[in-house]
Amino acid sequence: MPDLGKYAVEVLSAYAVSLSLLALLIGTTLHRSRSVRRALKQVEARRDDQKPAADKATKDA
Amino acid sequence: MSIWEYANPARFMRFSRTVLPWVSAAAALLILVGLIWGFFFTPDDFRQGSTVKIIYLHVPSATMAINIWVMMLVTSMIWVVRRHHVSVLAAKAAAPIGATMTLIALATGAIWGQPMWGTYWEWDPRLTAFLILFLFYLGYMALWAAIEDPDVAADLTSILCLVGSVFAVISRYAINFWNQGLHQGASLSLDQEENVSDVFWQPLVLSLVGFGFLFLTLVLLRTRTEIRARRLAALKQRERVS
Repeated sequence: MPDLGKYAVEVLSAYAVSLSLLALLIGTTLHRSRSVRRALKQVEARRDDQKPAADKATKDA
Repeated sequence: MSIWEYANPARFMRFSRTVLPWVSAAAALLILVGLIWGFFFTPDDFRQGSTVKIIYLHVPSATMAINIWVMMLVTSMIWVVRRHHVSVLAAKAAAPIGATMTLIALATGAIWGQPMWGTYWEWDPRLTAFLILFLFYLGYMALWAAIEDPDVAADLTSILCLVGSVFAVISRYAINFWNQGLHQGASLSLDQEENVSDVFWQPLVLSLVGFGFLFLTLVLLRTRTEIRARRLAALKQRERVS
Protein backbone atom coordinates (compact mmCIF):
# COMPACT_ATOMS: atom_id res chain seq x y z
CA MET A 1 0.00 0.00 0.00
CA PRO A 2 1.44 3.40 -0.96
CA ASP A 3 1.84 5.99 1.76
CA LEU A 4 -1.23 8.16 1.27
CA GLY A 5 -0.28 10.57 4.03
CA LYS A 6 -2.90 12.83 5.56
CA TYR A 7 -5.39 12.16 2.73
CA ALA A 8 -5.55 8.39 3.24
CA VAL A 9 -9.17 8.45 4.43
CA GLU A 10 -10.33 10.53 1.46
CA VAL A 11 -8.51 8.46 -1.15
CA LEU A 12 -9.52 5.10 0.29
CA SER A 13 -13.15 6.11 0.78
CA ALA A 14 -13.33 7.42 -2.81
CA TYR A 15 -12.07 4.08 -4.08
CA ALA A 16 -14.36 2.13 -1.74
CA VAL A 17 -17.48 4.06 -2.80
CA SER A 18 -16.64 3.85 -6.52
CA LEU A 19 -15.74 0.19 -6.59
CA SER A 20 -18.82 -0.69 -4.52
CA LEU A 21 -21.11 1.17 -6.91
CA LEU A 22 -19.47 -0.50 -9.91
CA ALA A 23 -19.80 -3.91 -8.24
CA LEU A 24 -23.48 -3.22 -7.54
CA LEU A 25 -24.06 -2.16 -11.16
CA ILE A 26 -22.32 -5.24 -12.57
CA GLY A 27 -24.05 -7.52 -10.04
CA THR A 28 -27.55 -6.24 -10.78
CA THR A 29 -26.87 -6.41 -14.53
CA LEU A 30 -25.82 -10.04 -14.36
CA HIS A 31 -28.63 -10.96 -11.97
CA ARG A 32 -31.33 -9.44 -14.17
CA SER A 33 -29.82 -11.00 -17.27
CA ARG A 34 -29.95 -14.45 -15.72
CA SER A 35 -33.45 -14.14 -14.28
CA VAL A 36 -34.96 -12.85 -17.54
CA ARG A 37 -33.19 -15.56 -19.53
CA ARG A 38 -34.50 -18.21 -17.11
CA ALA A 39 -38.07 -16.87 -17.25
CA LEU A 40 -37.97 -16.71 -21.07
CA LYS A 41 -36.73 -20.30 -21.27
CA GLN A 42 -39.61 -21.44 -19.07
CA VAL A 43 -42.24 -19.63 -21.11
CA GLU A 44 -40.77 -20.88 -24.40
CA ALA A 45 -40.68 -24.45 -23.03
CA ARG A 46 -44.36 -24.15 -22.05
CA ARG A 47 -45.17 -22.84 -25.51
CA ASP A 48 -43.28 -25.69 -27.18
CA ASP A 49 -45.11 -28.26 -24.98
CA GLN A 50 -48.46 -26.79 -25.97
CA LYS A 51 -47.66 -26.82 -29.69
CA PRO A 52 -48.24 -30.55 -30.37
CA ALA A 53 -51.57 -30.35 -28.46
CA ALA A 54 -52.58 -27.29 -30.46
CA ASP A 55 -51.63 -29.01 -33.75
CA LYS A 56 -53.73 -32.07 -32.78
CA ALA A 57 -56.75 -29.88 -31.91
CA THR A 58 -56.45 -28.19 -35.31
CA LYS A 59 -56.32 -31.57 -37.12
CA ASP A 60 -59.36 -32.93 -35.20
CA ALA A 61 -61.31 -29.78 -36.07
CA MET B 1 -23.08 -4.36 -44.26
CA SER B 2 -24.96 -1.38 -42.84
CA ILE B 3 -25.25 -0.38 -39.20
CA TRP B 4 -29.03 -0.36 -39.64
CA GLU B 5 -28.93 -4.16 -39.97
CA TYR B 6 -28.36 -4.29 -36.19
CA ALA B 7 -31.84 -2.83 -35.72
CA ASN B 8 -32.89 -6.44 -36.34
CA PRO B 9 -33.04 -7.96 -32.82
CA ALA B 10 -31.85 -11.41 -33.94
CA ARG B 11 -28.86 -9.92 -35.74
CA PHE B 12 -28.07 -7.69 -32.77
CA MET B 13 -28.20 -10.71 -30.43
CA ARG B 14 -25.80 -12.67 -32.66
CA PHE B 15 -23.40 -9.72 -32.98
CA SER B 16 -23.42 -8.92 -29.27
CA ARG B 17 -22.89 -12.56 -28.30
CA THR B 18 -19.73 -12.58 -30.45
CA VAL B 19 -18.21 -9.32 -29.20
CA LEU B 20 -19.16 -9.51 -25.51
CA PRO B 21 -16.28 -11.74 -24.36
CA TRP B 22 -13.76 -9.44 -26.08
CA VAL B 23 -15.08 -6.12 -24.79
CA SER B 24 -15.52 -7.46 -21.26
CA ALA B 25 -11.93 -8.79 -21.25
CA ALA B 26 -10.67 -5.44 -22.57
CA ALA B 27 -12.65 -3.59 -19.89
CA ALA B 28 -11.31 -5.74 -17.06
CA LEU B 29 -7.72 -5.52 -18.28
CA LEU B 30 -7.66 -1.78 -18.95
CA ILE B 31 -9.43 -0.83 -15.72
CA LEU B 32 -7.21 -3.10 -13.64
CA VAL B 33 -4.00 -1.85 -15.25
CA GLY B 34 -5.10 1.79 -15.17
CA LEU B 35 -6.20 1.76 -11.53
CA ILE B 36 -3.29 -0.34 -10.26
CA TRP B 37 -0.78 1.80 -12.16
CA GLY B 38 -2.43 5.02 -10.96
CA PHE B 39 -2.91 3.97 -7.36
CA PHE B 40 0.36 2.18 -6.69
CA PHE B 41 2.88 3.55 -9.18
CA THR B 42 2.27 7.28 -9.53
CA PRO B 43 3.72 9.96 -7.26
CA ASP B 44 1.74 12.43 -5.19
CA ASP B 45 0.93 15.78 -6.73
CA PHE B 46 2.86 18.69 -5.25
CA ARG B 47 -0.38 20.60 -4.56
CA GLN B 48 -2.99 17.89 -4.10
CA GLY B 49 -0.89 15.24 -2.41
CA SER B 50 -2.25 11.69 -2.63
CA THR B 51 -5.78 12.92 -3.45
CA VAL B 52 -4.63 13.11 -7.07
CA LYS B 53 -5.16 9.34 -7.15
CA ILE B 54 -8.90 9.97 -7.12
CA ILE B 55 -8.52 11.31 -10.66
CA TYR B 56 -8.44 7.75 -12.04
CA LEU B 57 -12.03 7.25 -10.94
CA HIS B 58 -13.45 10.76 -11.00
CA VAL B 59 -12.49 11.84 -14.53
CA PRO B 60 -13.44 8.56 -16.29
CA SER B 61 -16.78 8.35 -14.49
CA ALA B 62 -17.61 12.02 -15.18
CA THR B 63 -16.63 11.65 -18.84
CA MET B 64 -18.75 8.54 -19.19
CA ALA B 65 -21.72 10.19 -17.43
CA ILE B 66 -21.87 12.89 -20.10
CA ASN B 67 -21.09 10.64 -23.07
CA ILE B 68 -23.64 8.03 -22.02
CA TRP B 69 -26.37 10.68 -22.05
CA VAL B 70 -25.24 11.70 -25.56
CA MET B 71 -25.44 8.04 -26.65
CA MET B 72 -28.95 7.85 -25.15
CA LEU B 73 -29.89 10.98 -27.07
CA VAL B 74 -28.66 9.55 -30.39
CA THR B 75 -30.37 6.19 -29.90
CA SER B 76 -33.58 7.88 -28.71
CA MET B 77 -33.65 10.09 -31.80
CA ILE B 78 -33.14 7.00 -33.98
CA TRP B 79 -36.25 5.59 -32.30
CA VAL B 80 -38.22 8.79 -32.90
CA VAL B 81 -37.23 8.92 -36.59
CA ARG B 82 -36.95 5.26 -37.61
CA ARG B 83 -38.86 3.43 -34.84
CA HIS B 84 -36.13 0.84 -34.28
CA HIS B 85 -36.89 -0.93 -31.01
CA VAL B 86 -33.32 -2.11 -30.46
CA SER B 87 -32.17 1.50 -30.51
CA VAL B 88 -34.53 2.74 -27.80
CA LEU B 89 -33.93 -0.40 -25.73
CA ALA B 90 -30.22 0.42 -25.87
CA ALA B 91 -31.01 3.88 -24.50
CA LYS B 92 -33.09 2.31 -21.72
CA ALA B 93 -30.25 -0.13 -20.99
CA ALA B 94 -27.67 2.67 -20.82
CA ALA B 95 -29.52 4.82 -18.29
CA PRO B 96 -28.65 2.92 -15.08
CA ILE B 97 -25.03 2.77 -16.19
CA GLY B 98 -24.98 6.52 -16.77
CA ALA B 99 -26.70 7.17 -13.45
CA THR B 100 -24.09 5.09 -11.65
CA MET B 101 -21.25 6.91 -13.40
CA THR B 102 -22.78 10.28 -12.48
CA LEU B 103 -23.13 9.18 -8.86
CA ILE B 104 -19.51 8.01 -8.77
CA ALA B 105 -18.39 11.34 -10.23
CA LEU B 106 -20.45 13.33 -7.72
CA ALA B 107 -19.31 11.22 -4.76
CA THR B 108 -15.61 11.18 -5.67
CA GLY B 109 -15.80 14.87 -6.52
CA ALA B 110 -17.27 15.67 -3.11
CA ILE B 111 -14.69 13.52 -1.32
CA TRP B 112 -11.89 15.17 -3.31
CA GLY B 113 -13.34 18.64 -2.89
CA GLN B 114 -13.38 18.65 0.89
CA PRO B 115 -9.59 18.61 1.43
CA MET B 116 -8.85 20.68 -1.70
CA TRP B 117 -11.57 23.34 -1.66
CA GLY B 118 -12.64 23.09 1.98
CA THR B 119 -16.16 22.03 0.97
CA TYR B 120 -17.94 18.88 -0.19
CA TRP B 121 -20.24 20.90 -2.42
CA GLU B 122 -20.58 24.26 -4.09
CA TRP B 123 -23.37 25.55 -6.34
CA ASP B 124 -20.84 26.01 -9.11
CA PRO B 125 -22.19 25.84 -12.74
CA ARG B 126 -20.48 22.55 -13.58
CA LEU B 127 -21.36 20.80 -10.32
CA THR B 128 -24.95 22.02 -10.40
CA ALA B 129 -25.40 20.94 -14.03
CA PHE B 130 -23.99 17.54 -13.11
CA LEU B 131 -26.40 17.13 -10.22
CA ILE B 132 -29.30 18.04 -12.51
CA LEU B 133 -28.02 15.52 -15.07
CA PHE B 134 -28.12 12.86 -12.33
CA LEU B 135 -31.73 13.81 -11.54
CA PHE B 136 -32.55 13.53 -15.23
CA TYR B 137 -31.10 10.02 -15.26
CA LEU B 138 -33.33 9.09 -12.33
CA GLY B 139 -36.32 10.71 -13.99
CA TYR B 140 -35.66 8.87 -17.24
CA MET B 141 -35.56 5.48 -15.47
CA ALA B 142 -38.65 6.35 -13.43
CA LEU B 143 -40.58 7.33 -16.56
CA TRP B 144 -39.79 4.02 -18.26
CA ALA B 145 -40.99 2.16 -15.15
CA ALA B 146 -44.15 4.25 -14.79
CA ILE B 147 -45.62 3.77 -18.25
CA GLU B 148 -47.08 0.41 -19.16
CA ASP B 149 -47.13 0.75 -22.95
CA PRO B 150 -43.48 0.36 -24.02
CA ASP B 151 -43.87 2.40 -27.21
CA VAL B 152 -45.45 5.32 -25.34
CA ALA B 153 -42.70 5.05 -22.72
CA ALA B 154 -40.10 5.11 -25.49
CA ASP B 155 -41.62 8.26 -27.01
CA LEU B 156 -41.85 10.16 -23.73
CA THR B 157 -38.41 9.15 -22.49
CA SER B 158 -36.92 10.18 -25.83
CA ILE B 159 -38.32 13.68 -25.31
CA LEU B 160 -36.97 13.71 -21.77
CA CYS B 161 -33.59 12.69 -23.14
CA LEU B 162 -33.65 15.61 -25.56
CA VAL B 163 -34.42 18.07 -22.76
CA GLY B 164 -31.79 16.59 -20.45
CA SER B 165 -29.12 16.96 -23.12
CA VAL B 166 -28.97 20.65 -22.25
CA PHE B 167 -27.48 19.71 -18.89
CA ALA B 168 -25.08 17.21 -20.42
CA VAL B 169 -23.74 20.03 -22.61
CA ILE B 170 -23.64 22.50 -19.72
CA SER B 171 -21.78 19.96 -17.54
CA ARG B 172 -19.09 19.70 -20.20
CA TYR B 173 -18.82 23.35 -21.23
CA ALA B 174 -19.89 25.31 -18.11
CA ILE B 175 -16.38 26.59 -17.59
CA ASN B 176 -16.37 28.07 -21.11
CA PHE B 177 -19.87 29.51 -20.83
CA TRP B 178 -19.54 31.19 -17.45
CA ASN B 179 -15.78 31.42 -16.92
CA GLN B 180 -16.31 31.10 -13.19
CA GLY B 181 -16.86 28.52 -10.51
CA LEU B 182 -14.89 26.28 -8.27
CA HIS B 183 -14.38 23.34 -10.58
CA GLN B 184 -11.39 23.42 -12.89
CA GLY B 185 -11.58 23.09 -16.65
CA ALA B 186 -11.02 19.94 -18.68
CA SER B 187 -8.34 17.56 -17.44
CA LEU B 188 -7.95 16.10 -20.90
CA SER B 189 -7.73 18.22 -23.98
CA LEU B 190 -6.93 17.86 -27.64
CA ASP B 191 -5.01 21.12 -27.70
CA GLN B 192 -1.31 21.35 -27.04
CA GLU B 193 -1.54 22.94 -23.62
CA GLU B 194 -0.81 20.34 -20.99
CA ASN B 195 -3.62 20.02 -18.48
CA VAL B 196 -2.42 16.89 -16.70
CA SER B 197 1.18 15.84 -16.34
CA ASP B 198 2.24 12.78 -18.36
CA VAL B 199 2.98 10.73 -15.25
CA PHE B 200 -0.73 10.95 -14.35
CA TRP B 201 -2.05 11.20 -17.90
CA GLN B 202 -1.02 7.74 -19.08
CA PRO B 203 -2.78 5.65 -16.40
CA LEU B 204 -5.71 8.10 -16.61
CA VAL B 205 -6.18 7.41 -20.31
CA LEU B 206 -6.02 3.66 -19.69
CA SER B 207 -8.63 3.97 -16.97
CA LEU B 208 -10.80 6.16 -19.21
CA VAL B 209 -10.67 3.71 -22.11
CA GLY B 210 -11.33 0.88 -19.64
CA PHE B 211 -14.46 2.65 -18.40
CA GLY B 212 -15.51 3.03 -22.03
CA PHE B 213 -15.19 -0.70 -22.61
CA LEU B 214 -17.01 -1.37 -19.33
CA PHE B 215 -19.91 0.74 -20.55
CA LEU B 216 -19.89 -1.14 -23.87
CA THR B 217 -19.95 -4.49 -22.04
CA LEU B 218 -22.77 -3.51 -19.74
CA VAL B 219 -24.90 -1.79 -22.38
CA LEU B 220 -24.65 -4.77 -24.74
CA LEU B 221 -25.55 -7.14 -21.90
CA ARG B 222 -28.43 -4.97 -20.68
CA THR B 223 -29.78 -4.42 -24.21
CA ARG B 224 -29.81 -8.20 -24.73
CA THR B 225 -31.76 -8.48 -21.47
CA GLU B 226 -34.22 -5.79 -22.59
CA ILE B 227 -34.79 -7.59 -25.91
CA ARG B 228 -35.41 -10.86 -24.05
CA ALA B 229 -37.70 -9.10 -21.56
CA ARG B 230 -39.71 -7.65 -24.42
CA ARG B 231 -40.08 -11.09 -25.99
CA LEU B 232 -41.02 -12.53 -22.57
CA ALA B 233 -43.74 -9.91 -22.12
CA ALA B 234 -45.12 -10.63 -25.60
CA LEU B 235 -45.22 -14.41 -24.98
CA LYS B 236 -46.89 -13.94 -21.59
CA GLN B 237 -49.46 -11.66 -23.18
CA ARG B 238 -50.14 -14.30 -25.82
CA GLU B 239 -50.53 -16.94 -23.07
CA ARG B 240 -53.05 -14.74 -21.26
CA VAL B 241 -55.08 -14.20 -24.42
CA SER B 242 -55.11 -17.90 -25.38
